[in-house]
Amino acid sequence: MAKITLFIPCFVDQIMPRAGQAMVRVLERLGCELEFPEEQTCCGQPAFNSGFWDEARPLAARWARIFARAETVVAPSGSCATMVRHFYPHLAGSDAGLRRELEAAGTRVYEFSEFLVRQLHIEDVGAYFPHRVAMHDACHALRELGLKDEPRRLLRQVRGLELTEAEDCERCCGFGGAFAVKYGMISAAMGERKIAALSQAGVDYVTSTDPSCLLHLGGMLGRQPGRVRPIYLAEILAQTQDGGAAA
Amino acid sequence: MNAARQFEQDARRIAVDVPLHQVLKKNLATYQHAAGLGRERFADWNAARAQAHAVKAEAIAHLDRYLLEFERNLTARGGRVFWAETAAEARDYILALARRRQVRQVVKSKSMVSEEVHLTPALEAAGIATLETDLGEYIVQLRNEPPFHIVTPAMHLRREHVAALFHEKLGLPESVHEPEALVAAARAEMRRRFLAAEMGITGANFLIADAGLVAVTENEGNARLSAALPRIHVVLTGIEKILPRLRDLALFWPLLATAGTGQAVTCYNSLIGGPRQENESDGPEEMHVVLLDNGRGELAADPEQRDILHCIRCGACLNICPIFETVGGHGYGTTYQGPIGAVLTPHLRGPRFAHLAQASSLCGACTSVCPVEIDLHPHLLQLRRDSSRRRPWREQAAFRAFGWLAGDGKRFEKLGRRGRRWLRYAQSLAAPSSRLDPLRPWTRYRAAPELPPESFRDWWRKRKNPAATNDAGAKAAHS
Repeated sequence: MAKITLFIPCFVDQIMPRAGQAMVRVLERLGCELEFPEEQTCCGQPAFNSGFWDEARPLAARWARIFARAETVVAPSGSCATMVRHFYPHLAGSDAGLRRELEAAGTRVYEFSEFLVRQLHIEDVGAYFPHRVAMHDACHALRELGLKDEPRRLLRQVRGLELTEAEDCERCCGFGGAFAVKYGMISAAMGERKIAALSQAGVDYVTSTDPSCLLHLGGMLGRQPGRVRPIYLAEILAQTQDGGAAA
Repeated sequence: MNAARQFEQDARRIAVDVPLHQVLKKNLATYQHAAGLGRERFADWNAARAQAHAVKAEAIAHLDRYLLEFERNLTARGGRVFWAETAAEARDYILALARRRQVRQVVKSKSMVSEEVHLTPALEAAGIATLETDLGEYIVQLRNEPPFHIVTPAMHLRREHVAALFHEKLGLPESVHEPEALVAAARAEMRRRFLAAEMGITGANFLIADAGLVAVTENEGNARLSAALPRIHVVLTGIEKILPRLRDLALFWPLLATAGTGQAVTCYNSLIGGPRQENESDGPEEMHVVLLDNGRGELAADPEQRDILHCIRCGACLNICPIFETVGGHGYGTTYQGPIGAVLTPHLRGPRFAHLAQASSLCGACTSVCPVEIDLHPHLLQLRRDSSRRRPWREQAAFRAFGWLAGDGKRFEKLGRRGRRWLRYAQSLAAPSSRLDPLRPWTRYRAAPELPPESFRDWWRKRKNPAATNDAGAKAAHS
């Protein structure tokens, strides 16, 4: 089975380790050999998105160095995979050497569902999750990586899971990184609209290819009544009928 | 108040305006649905977009050549071209012309450039009665408001709003609510003014270089009346509207109609090539085309962002934008709203509008629907980059600190653990979203995330090597 280098985004490492842990469990169950370079920190996206490209550039170069020898890199985040794959070259400017390095870095990086469905050609990971679930299409995974069907294919194979489409599932949840705190009122209004659609769909869980969307939606859901809970895609796929979600 | 503060204040108010959001949600969904159906009529929508992108790229790359060709061809038929470097020059030219010709009444069809140069207030101040004849524009003019949306200026209003407005301003009975009756009332008022006006002002959707023609797209017939009935026709438009060849319209007319309203083509498309010719029985005596630069020339010289000038003002990026739906057209405080407004306005009006690029989640929906493939959200990123050194020092320092923190794995791990511990402690003391809550910018609108004692890397290390649980892991588990 494939040898995989784990790319664990900084916020997953620090705030939502369970998203990374669930991904590890699924990949190991499928027989993948995993390695985790411990020098990794952040891909630089927060600085890049905020316009601080001079601060993001060394982090991108650093990331490219750390993952230079990896054959296949898998991340539990469509957004961070997008940063490396699509936005790194923007940082190179006129530095041709850096551009080559950054472009090379992106070619082997996959988002988790993308890796399972497109690279491993696996849709049934043997999971069990008897709940009504709606998929929220995270913007970067959907529009930058073109992942619409991949997470759904995985979810459709989960025993007991009822996949429900909520209204405007492709609409941004309003997270957007620093935007969520800089323009919190807009971010929250966007989140409210998303939550209204989820509540209307009558689901137990909302899942996504990006834990960061769920961090935002979960924070908003935590402030209001209702039963919709956030759960990252790999956390669903990690659950098995014999309760095999434990480490 | 500066533009950024004003935007924040307005956004805070409008973001919770539930009745407005209901209207917008319905209207925007209608346009998106129609545009979706329209796109399906194309054998290959994306190929059409790529083709349109290539044509506009060529036009903008040779802007000078095509504009001169347009001027040559139009002036050969007696049209006049005025090159306005600034908004004031455009305004002054039209104002001086109106005065010289003793114009007392002007009819106007839709032109966002006229909004950009604040033409109507200038004409009104000079005692020249100026009437908007596009129904939506007419409505917002009666309300004394700027257009809410570049294509559908009264998108924020319900039929009842219009009924109340016409009751108040036109003396229509309060009971009249039917769209037909409301339209008829507006039409009666407009016809009178069309016949009386000495000058008609229109915009232009396209300027055709090889034919010297002005192409005007509309659905109400008011633009062709504005262009044909008064004795003077003035076209006010931006230099970026140029298309090299007449045959390009075979692509751009359906492209614009589809992306904007989902129509195959709009109800009326006029090609205007000059004033009344010797053998013609009607049409204006004079035709003037005012070509506005106002920052566009400089943008055309910027290889990174000049595709912003490809914009054909279809409104598709506004219709799909969740920010637009949240803050509404008036929230932007600019002539051009939505994603295109956010990327264009800093080039037209300077860096004091750089904040608009920040007010985005970078979802990229705009880029995905743009019919001329403008890199809208990458431009938002570039504008953020361009304004980064003008940001508050605290923000700059924070990102420098972040760069330092993430520049070393051990440092990141150590300070990350301390940070989580400190935040958990602070959270235990301060009420969520209170002034003392260090996570207040987040918790103001959301519950705080539960910070785990153990990071992913702690877990990974422990799992790989359960016997030698290191100090860090042990400390983490106890904190």
